[in-house]
Amino acid sequence: MLQYFEKEQESAPKLRALSAIAKVDRRSVLNGMFAATGMLVSVRVSPAEALEHLVPYPTGAADMPDKTVADPHVFVAIDPDGLVSIVAHRSEMGTGIRTSLPMVICDEMGANWERVRIVQAPGDEPRYGNQDTDGSRSTRHFIQPMRQCGAAMRQMLEAAAAAKWGVDASLCRAKNHQVILLGKDGSETSTALGFGDLAAGAMALPVPAQDTLLYKTPSEFTLIGKGATPITDLRAITMGKAGYGADVRLPGMKYAVMSRPVVLGGKVKKYDAVKALKVPGVEAVHELAGNETIPRKFGILGGIAVVGNSTYAAMRGRDALEIEWDDGPNVSYDSVAFDKEMTATASQPGKVIRNQGDPDSAFANAKEIFSADYHAQHMVQAPMEPLVAVARIVDGKAEVWAPAQSPYGARKDIAAALKMPIENVTLHVTLLGGGFGRKSAWDFIIEAALVSQKLGGTPVLMQWTREDDIRHGYYHTVSVERIEAAIDGSGKVTGWRHRTVAPSIISTFKEDDGYSFPIEYGMGFVNTPFEIPNVRCENGKAMAHTRIGWFRSVSTIPHTFAVQSAVGELAHKLGRDPKDFLLELIGSDRKLDPKALGFPNDFWNYGDPYDAFPIDTARLKNVINLAAAKAGWGKTLPERQGLGIAAHCAWSSYVATVVHVAIDADGKIRIPEATTAIDCGLYINPERIRAQLEGAAVMATSNTFYSGITFKRGAVEQSNFTDYNVARMSNYPQKVNVHIVDAPAGTHTGGVGEPGVAPFVGALCNAIFAASQKRVRSLPAGDTI
Amino acid sequence: MPTISINGENKNFSGDPDMPLLWFVRDGLNLTGTKFGCGAGVCGACTVHVDGVAVRSCQTTVGQALGKTVTTIEGLSTTGDHPVQRAWRQLNVPQCGFCQAGQIMQAAALIAKNPDPSDAQIVEVMDGNICRCGCYQRIHEAIRLAAGGV
Ligand code: FES
Ligand code: FES
Repeated sequence: MLQYFEKEQESAPKLRALSAIAKVDRRSVLNGMFAATGMLVSVRVSPAEALEHLVPYPTGAADMPDKTVADPHVFVAIDPDGLVSIVAHRSEMGTGIRTSLPMVICDEMGANWERVRIVQAPGDEPRYGNQDTDGSRSTRHFIQPMRQCGAAMRQMLEAAAAAKWGVDASLCRAKNHQVILLGKDGSETSTALGFGDLAAGAMALPVPAQDTLLYKTPSEFTLIGKGATPITDLRAITMGKAGYGADVRLPGMKYAVMSRPVVLGGKVKKYDAVKALKVPGVEAVHELAGNETIPRKFGILGGIAVVGNSTYAAMRGRDALEIEWDDGPNVSYDSVAFDKEMTATASQPGKVIRNQGDPDSAFANAKEIFSADYHAQHMVQAPMEPLVAVARIVDGKAEVWAPAQSPYGARKDIAAALKMPIENVTLHVTLLGGGFGRKSAWDFIIEAALVSQKLGGTPVLMQWTREDDIRHGYYHTVSVERIEAAIDGSGKVTGWRHRTVAPSIISTFKEDDGYSFPIEYGMGFVNTPFEIPNVRCENGKAMAHTRIGWFRSVSTIPHTFAVQSAVGELAHKLGRDPKDFLLELIGSDRKLDPKALGFPNDFWNYGDPYDAFPIDTARLKNVINLAAAKAGWGKTLPERQGLGIAAHCAWSSYVATVVHVAIDADGKIRIPEATTAIDCGLYINPERIRAQLEGAAVMATSNTFYSGITFKRGAVEQSNFTDYNVARMSNYPQKVNVHIVDAPAGTHTGGVGEPGVAPFVGALCNAIFAASQKRVRSLPAGDTI
Repeated sequence: MPTISINGENKNFSGDPDMPLLWFVRDGLNLTGTKFGCGAGVCGACTVHVDGVAVRSCQTTVGQALGKTVTTIEGLSTTGDHPVQRAWRQLNVPQCGFCQAGQIMQAAALIAKNPDPSDAQIVEVMDGNICRCGCYQRIHEAIRLAAGGV
């Protein structure tokens, strides 16, 4: 159970220090807590509402492997000199999570952030709880365990001080890295003990149970939700001293690169390494057999690894390899033909995933029918840091360093690949130079471990080049989305049909049947929050011919691009203001009732229990109104300029974006400004939320204008940032204004990393239309009209 | 033996003069602040200064750098207090941080040459540096801030 808290209701009144009832409550609570240490407990004399009792709130963490851990002995260590070490157990890839979650512990325990150092956890979920840093769920799942951990640590420090002074713990208040003795009237005396002095005593105490903890009220927070806490690695990054995957240096370390089959499932028929071995600095060439088990999961592609005394030597050696490949059946994969196939599929009825009302009669009786297909190509994450991992094996024990989003999953598979028990494998997590979902896979990490094994355990750094990254990805799916709307005589939308056709991520994990699965359906497909009486969502079959994986924002990209573009198209067709029309489609303030709306029984709500995280149209409308107001929606703009809007509820957060487009005389589409509003409930570091949404705007611009992966004869046609383009300084959203909703206290925390991307794509396409009357139906669309 | 001055120290080099400076710096000298992002001169992650000019170290061979003065991110300021670095911190520019050494080196060379660059000049000079996390807005602002003297 756990990992969210909500304010206690009437049945468990908030504990107010000087109220008689509260005294009783608090006494019983604390008696329970300190019974083991035999301490005397009486009234805590602290300002009213300074602390409150909170009850856990369920989240999706309960369904994750290894769930959550909140034990201060796991996450906190205090040196005698007072230096507090806090463990970051999630991976840092640019979201700021390595800073944000430790901030929560620091704040709740009353430590001074200046005297905190952060220690990165290795991959060890039984110890730290789940470590899959993806799905925009680190804060969603861990804000409350971290608060619990900090609150417990605070109470242990206060109890240790009470024992030293021989006073009641209620007279001890942890604050700013020390415990202060309070006078009888509750005022702070000059007597205090630093955390360092109390560390040994505090750590020897049992951890108080969750239900005995008192938490800071929001007014007491020193870090949570406040100002601009810089990320812990900021100075190191600006000095070139932050450690990423390829920065690991071990004595005697070698460098390796690999040649892999360009067609998925391809194999080495034969190879000749003679020339490669003659390249100066090349020391060894090894074949690695590719994983042949279907589903492929994160098995390695196989191929020929070249090892040298520098990355350069290894790369030159690879160039000199002579390899004959057997391509296998996926050689038939051709993006042009596949798009035609998907389009044909999208024009036919598919498997019904959601049905509400009677869409068939709505369409039969419609005065007018709108229908449009929205196409999107594959994309590759292309994090700035190409894939890389370092491994060595000493005395039968493997030690691996990698920029891993899922270090424990990786560790398990490394152990299996090396045929070692998991205890003999250590996986250190470096900083990630971006991840965006690619580093949730660990094929590249297994390669490093296997090459080290081939070398008898010699330390080796396996470096992927950018070309490798682009050609051997776990790609964002390719898709055709058909949206149809039935319009009655009064201009009302009475029926909605959405057909999605896209190879599924599940094909990477299960035998492919050509259909998507609940996680994809839940990303803006079945849960479109429109108050339309007749709705049908269908899925057409599309087989995967490459590895499909996660890309920041995943299926919300094609779904929201289609849905929000269609809303814009419909508004235009009906002569309505796009924002008003969007609000009208969303309809009344309500929490969606999945049953009544015909959502599938296995409806996936970003992993969170629906009752705790219902889709709330009032919150969605609020961010739309906020973004529109801040952007000056409705203002008069010069010729060839326009505003577009889009919004969604995703990862248990609500995001709306207004994009301003201006088209140059030469037809180049510019984005002078964009305005994004987010409601993500209780948040930790607003400064990083802004950064994430600024970044989401740039990535969405890349997705809309530039980034497409296509296949020909089974191989990726693109190779580097020369032909797989991304937004650069000369064309990016120049000013992104971010507005964070201060949701009512107790609002459950939603995700931030992913939900900002998809609405930006929709808003950008709608803005392009407003400025040019040209409608984007296919991504990437280019940056010129 | 041919030498290169790197961050004020003379380093001997006896290997293949065609080796990109990037790999000599990273693998030969273990100066890992300079990053490999594309190897094709199109991302800017590997940017260093050669005789004060920002170059792509993946496209500059060691042979071309012999006898010259090379500065990497580690040598930009021993204390990390170059105005560009300070501006970067003041505006919390980095997200993942991987591109930032290259961005900072590019920006520092720009400001050294042109202490008061226009917005258009900033865009022109920084266009070769990709930030996949999308920190461009802050990079642009930080350059203006550094140019104004932090
Ligand atoms: S690594 Fe040199 S420009 Fe990209
Ligand atoms: S900060 Fe991540 S690539 Fe620039």
